[in-house]
Amino acid sequence: MLDLQHLRKSFGDHIAVADLSFHLDKGEVLGFLGQNGAGKSTTMRMVAGVLEPDGGDAQINGHSITSARREAQSQIGYLPEGAPLYRDMTPVTFLRFMADAHGLSRVQRKNAVERVIADARIANVAGKPISALSKGYRRRVGLAAALIHDPAILLLDEPTDGLDPVQKRAVRALVARMAPEKAIVISTHTLDEVPAMCSRVIVIDKGEVVADQTPNALAASQPGGLEEAFIALADTREAVS
Amino acid sequence: MMSQWQGTLTGLRAAWRREISAYFATPLAYVFVAIFLLVLGVFTWDLSRFFDTGAADLGPFFYWHPWLFMMFMPALAMRLWSEETSQGTAELLLALPVSLPGLVIGKLLAAWTVAALALALTVPWWIAVNILGPADNAAIAVTYMMSLIMAGAYLAIGAAVSALTRSAVLAFVIGVLVAFILTAAGWPLVSGAVADLLGPSAGDAIAQFSFLTHFETAQRGVLELRGLIFFFGFIALCVALNTLFVSHRRGGAQ
Repeated sequence: MLDLQHLRKSFGDHIAVADLSFHLDKGEVLGFLGQNGAGKSTTMRMVAGVLEPDGGDAQINGHSITSARREAQSQIGYLPEGAPLYRDMTPVTFLRFMADAHGLSRVQRKNAVERVIADARIANVAGKPISALSKGYRRRVGLAAALIHDPAILLLDEPTDGLDPVQKRAVRALVARMAPEKAIVISTHTLDEVPAMCSRVIVIDKGEVVADQTPNALAASQPGGLEEAFIALADTREAVS
Repeated sequence: MMSQWQGTLTGLRAAWRREISAYFATPLAYVFVAIFLLVLGVFTWDLSRFFDTGAADLGPFFYWHPWLFMMFMPALAMRLWSEETSQGTAELLLALPVSLPGLVIGKLLAAWTVAALALALTVPWWIAVNILGPADNAAIAVTYMMSLIMAGAYLAIGAAVSALTRSAVLAFVIGVLVAFILTAAGWPLVSGAVADLLGPSAGDAIAQFSFLTHFETAQRGVLELRGLIFFFGFIALCVALNTLFVSHRRGGAQ
């Protein structure tokens, strides 16, 4: 479903992603971890077609993001970091815009908007201006927008950031419901979210994979669990560099 | 799977709807139209002493269009792309499976629609002229049409410039500056000075790049193919530059 092949990206002298490859199949939920500046968001943005890689490629359901960008992008639902939205719109008008931009017909659009409003549980705020919504609701609107065209692959950059425990549980449940039919990549800082949502973990550092395991296997590698394992990986990399 | 043409059309339609909703969801469009009509009214009826001309034509009204568009159109276009950058929504747009030119044209057309609405609201003045005396309505219609096309050219400058910065104010200032150069180049004071300095052919050449020069013919009620090619060519150039500036962000530029 998702196949990253030696992705590279630099900004001037700074190497954001050095050489990143991994494969993700349908039904997998990948926790994409790394310290700040490890290259997580840059990778997500390259896979979403927002940034052009300097080298390498990402095959998305058989479509290359470098040579068939629009076909590849139509397979992806992307929630960017911070869930940017048009604040002058309401969730309904915003979702209609996203449906239009994905080329859905009027009937498809109506059904899709109703479906994602129910999935993201935003019916009670659907007609309010986005500027008046809490951070948690805004994130859920962003999530609903990522789902509007029922994509095969979901890229969620910090999907639970700013959500209260009840909202986090709702997002987890939504991810669990969608997981069997999709390949999902979740970039997060919140390590305790990972075992609850993910079937696999990839830790990256300076744009390279430093661990690729199940959450349980990674947690078991250190006595202190996932957090200690993550810190140990970071320390090891720092010592090496 | 969407073809290139479908991708362009889908992006165009979605961007147009989004921008129209943004203009009218906030006071922006209403304030723009109100101030535009007020200023144009003051310039036409007061500054140009419309009633003293004793002629049933809209010459004093159209005379001010390039000079007012130079200020108003960059104001209308200044947030088209700069706000996408400052609010982070450019990332949403760039992740959509649509072609970039479609988005660029859709946004431009939305601003153009608001400008057309503002111009349409001056039609009662056209009616008033007809009440005052026999007017050359065909000539007025031609000038109106060319004025709307020229407004699109000014908007295209504003839209392209707004893709270069995250600050709407800066986009406005640069937009007005570029628009001023392209307007004033045809002003006899400027083209004359250039002619004195570099020779008559240089003065003429500079004037040929001015909106003022190409609009002047239309002000006489003459529809010139050269003028149409100039304005539409200029709009196409700005759309291409706008697309280039936005696509440059895929390389990592902010």
